Amino acid sequence: MLDWLWLVPGLPFLGFLILFAGQGKMPKRWTTLVGVGSVGLAALVTLLIAVEFYGTPEAALTYRQTLWTWMEAGSLKPGFSLYLDGLALSMLFVITGVGFLIHLYASGYMYEDEDFPRFFTYTNLFVAAMVMLVLADNLVLLFLGWEGVGLCSYLLIGFWYRDPENGRCARKAFIVTRIGDTAFAIGLFLLFRELGTLDIQDAMSAATATWPRDSGTATLIAVLLLGGAVGKSAQLPLQTWLPDAMAGPTPVSALIHAATMVTAGVYLIARTHVLFQLSTDAMQLVALVGVLTLLMSGFTALTQTDLKRILAYSTISQIGYMFLALGVGAWSSAIFHLMTHAFFKALLFLTAGSIILSVHHQQDIFKMGGLRKALPVPFATFLVGCLGLTALPPTSGFFSKEQILNAVWSSPTGGQLIWAGAVLGAFITAIYTFRMFFIVFFGEQQTEAHEHKGFKFHVPLIVLAVLAAVGGFFHLPLTSALPHAGHDHVPLGVEVTAIALPMVGVLLAYLLFYRQIPALRQLFETGPLKSLAAFFYSGWAMDWLYDRLLVKPFVALARWNSKDLVDQLPAVVSRGAALFHRLLSLSQNGQLRYYVATMALASLVVMAVAVYTG
Amino acid sequence: MQLVWIIVCLFAGGACAGIAGRISADASRWLSLATLVVAGLLGLSLLQPSLQDPSVLIAGSDAPQGQWLHLVQAIWIPHFGIQFLLAADGISVVLILLTLFLGFIALLSAWKEIQQRVGFFYFNLLWTLAGVVGIFAALDLFLFFVFWEVMLIPMFLIISIWGHEDRHYAAMKFFIYTQASSLLLLAAMLALVFIHWQQTDSLSFSWFDLLGLDLDPGLGMVLMLGFFIAFLVKLPGVPVHNWLPDAHTQAPTPGSVILAGILLKTGAYGLLRFIIPLFPDAAAQFTPVALTLGVISILYAAKLAFAQNDIKRLIAYTSISHMGFVLIGIFSWNAIALQGAIMQMVGHGLSSAGLFALAGALQHRLHTRALDAMGGLWSSLPRLAAVAMFFAIAALGLPGLGNFVGEFLVLLGTFQVHATTAVVSALAMVVAPIYALVLLQKGFFGPPSAALAGKVDTVADFGSRELLMMGAMMLGLVILGLFPRLVTVYLQPALAGLQQLGWGG
Repeated sequence: MLDWLWLVPGLPFLGFLILFAGQGKMPKRWTTLVGVGSVGLAALVTLLIAVEFYGTPEAALTYRQTLWTWMEAGSLKPGFSLYLDGLALSMLFVITGVGFLIHLYASGYMYEDEDFPRFFTYTNLFVAAMVMLVLADNLVLLFLGWEGVGLCSYLLIGFWYRDPENGRCARKAFIVTRIGDTAFAIGLFLLFRELGTLDIQDAMSAATATWPRDSGTATLIAVLLLGGAVGKSAQLPLQTWLPDAMAGPTPVSALIHAATMVTAGVYLIARTHVLFQLSTDAMQLVALVGVLTLLMSGFTALTQTDLKRILAYSTISQIGYMFLALGVGAWSSAIFHLMTHAFFKALLFLTAGSIILSVHHQQDIFKMGGLRKALPVPFATFLVGCLGLTALPPTSGFFSKEQILNAVWSSPTGGQLIWAGAVLGAFITAIYTFRMFFIVFFGEQQTEAHEHKGFKFHVPLIVLAVLAAVGGFFHLPLTSALPHAGHDHVPLGVEVTAIALPMVGVLLAYLLFYRQIPALRQLFETGPLKSLAAFFYSGWAMDWLYDRLLVKPFVALARWNSKDLVDQLPAVVSRGAALFHRLLSLSQNGQLRYYVATMALASLVVMAVAVYTG
Repeated sequence: MQLVWIIVCLFAGGACAGIAGRISADASRWLSLATLVVAGLLGLSLLQPSLQDPSVLIAGSDAPQGQWLHLVQAIWIPHFGIQFLLAADGISVVLILLTLFLGFIALLSAWKEIQQRVGFFYFNLLWTLAGVVGIFAALDLFLFFVFWEVMLIPMFLIISIWGHEDRHYAAMKFFIYTQASSLLLLAAMLALVFIHWQQTDSLSFSWFDLLGLDLDPGLGMVLMLGFFIAFLVKLPGVPVHNWLPDAHTQAPTPGSVILAGILLKTGAYGLLRFIIPLFPDAAAQFTPVALTLGVISILYAAKLAFAQNDIKRLIAYTSISHMGFVLIGIFSWNAIALQGAIMQMVGHGLSSAGLFALAGALQHRLHTRALDAMGGLWSSLPRLAAVAMFFAIAALGLPGLGNFVGEFLVLLGTFQVHATTAVVSALAMVVAPIYALVLLQKGFFGPPSAALAGKVDTVADFGSRELLMMGAMMLGLVILGLFPRLVTVYLQPALAGLQQLGWGG
């Protein structure tokens, strides 16, 4: 069964080819069959592989499959080679499993769209590229998947191309992540120069053999890879693209901008954890990026009014937890949280999609309100998603977040301050999550709502809700792929605080947004807190900053020199030649006395020179 | 002998097509197509080496041989030591095949577009191709120079007769830039031959004989610069790139295809084959300057591309940017970077030819090249738009397509020897998507511009001829991107031989 591995990227890619060749002219039924079916089959193959995989002894859990040698230059010889271990398999579960559910949902959600086939063309290509990313056995192939998912993200954010604003958001996503990708690529160049290989497993064993702990080179490479990771995973300082990426259709937000692609950075660091383990500084930096991002975007999520933007900022924040986990060496907890987050965030996004569709594409939560009765199924599934996001026991989010917080407390690159930040983040998460929940579903109904029913809408929601609820009990086969962090024993008080604070947050949200206690509301709607909220609302003014610092100067420079200054140089030559030509023509005026005069004058000059120099 | 036959076939076919044009335009078209089919088949036969033992056949030379697959040697002008010496290694074969392939593309793109003086057009087209094939195979410096000029004049005519509104200015600029730099090339060549004559008492223009000449450092630098400037103009690199945007903008579509796809490669080929092997010391000393010019070309041209509104001008600047990678790849002179430089040449050959064919198709339909007069074409011209997206994505270097292999190998190889150069050049990864995606946005997404109102529903999408032409290039880029070894197996032995001639060999 393991030699079917190539089918996991192959089937969605085949789906892409069929849909591409169909040029959007296939009947919708076939399009659905190919678009959803290819991902479904890939999920099935993954499942079959997993069955065999779990059957083999834990230590031998790796499998390699070389399809063909890609390039060959000097000592560089990357192949189209797949490498399966527990980490890759865990990712495959998320990509094909959650991916299939989202595809199924999308076949209902996008049905009325005139570009229905194009949607699945892009998403199938996306799944193929994402699978390639996690199965790559060398960093060049990983980079292929990495750029491939970036392209699909661009295409799908700008899916509704008629609105130039969507195009702007799509370009922003691509270009901002490309900044990170450039760092990533430079990291590859450096790694290759130092170790002479880009095969991941070879490079990792060579790294430990070559570099001592805290070597400068290892740190530099780790930081460059981190640059790629923060771009793709929308972490500080490259997080600004993700909220705008919500311009794409909602299933895209669930698939790419919540469950899979944005977690690629987490995967990259987990995949190269050996390198990061060599450098305390790099680990420390990863942890700091994580905690700062989760706090910043948590505060921003508190102030947003657009349902999808709240979820986007919460995604940034939750990936911040994953980075934090990586930074403190809790590798498997990071991947565990990646999975549980994929469940509850895909659930939240898909439910949000149902809500938005029901209220005629209204996305402002303050214009919804009281939807509890009109939308019973979304109400229930959204609640499960919110509980997971808030990490209340016994939902899946609780288990993964608890592991992370405990690891942060006891790790040398974590510590109490960072732990406090992470717990504060959890508290804020509870507030913004239930703020959204109460405002959307309770209070006065602001708009009419028509629920979209049918199994394409409900099955994915219910399955994801179940996963989000019980996913915490899953066991991912990570023990052989990632170093085991060991059980972190933390003081009871610490653990209790971490569990209790989110509950307090829910309570606070209840008082503020359900009971709407006037005194409390007053506090937030006036005075300094209000201007602070405006600052948070703008995403800490980072868009503004980048616009002034980078975008405007570049555009201004380009405009100023659009005619290419260098082109003026030959123009000077040609004008000079023309001038000289006119001067000389002037001297040939056909007047004899002029010629005689110049001849006499010239003779005088020559004689004078002869006299004075002789 | 196939080398000779290819060139003869192109010359003769061009002459026949020119004469046939007097009778009927269609006869001229079909005759050109037949010529290219024959030349193409001969070209494919080059993949099978005709030399058993490359070293014995090159008389009187003890220089390192490289891996020659084909060789034709005949006495031409014995008084001056000039021979008819054609030789092809893997590099030459790959570039000749690219030339012939893009010859087809140019022919297909000319099929409908060129309606005036059809016979004479195909004459010029095929003669340009013959000149280029000659350049990629000639190893007698005098013969090389003859082909260098044969390529230039028909191209000049193509721009100045069949070009657009400002064609005379553009053609003249092209001619002056190229011709002035050719003069430097000729002078440096003659000086080199003269020095060889002084040192050995035998007069020869053969590349093999001129290798490993003992040159005075100052003189070596001057001669090297003579060659370098000529090739840099052709490449083109900043600061002698100015002819290119004008020439491209004004050239008819097949002219642009040939110009971007093939002609620029002759400059790169010259750098690779002549500069570093003939002047290893001077070139090594000159490397920092060459690398700097390469980096400036990459970034400066990419920035300029972003600022253009004329779609052909935009693509022209991207060409300059992409050829900058070739320049730094060659001067890094490292197995990986060199392979990357040639892959970049091939990949860029296809992607730029595709983009120019596309721009031509748009101009033919909309009668404008201004991007702000387009917009929203995705819905009205879905096939054309999808093809445009493919080529734009290829141009920004997406892995899986041809250009990525070239750029990645160049940067990876360059980083091994000149890390700073590679790091700064890598910034192109950020700038390239800016121009490529802005091109897509302005041309194909968003609402249609006011200028398009009423026009957009009347224009036809790609038909089968254009789809075939574009599809062939797209397929080529996918194959290059996924299976580059199909090409690089031919390059490796040739590059290994060539590398011994430079420094660090």
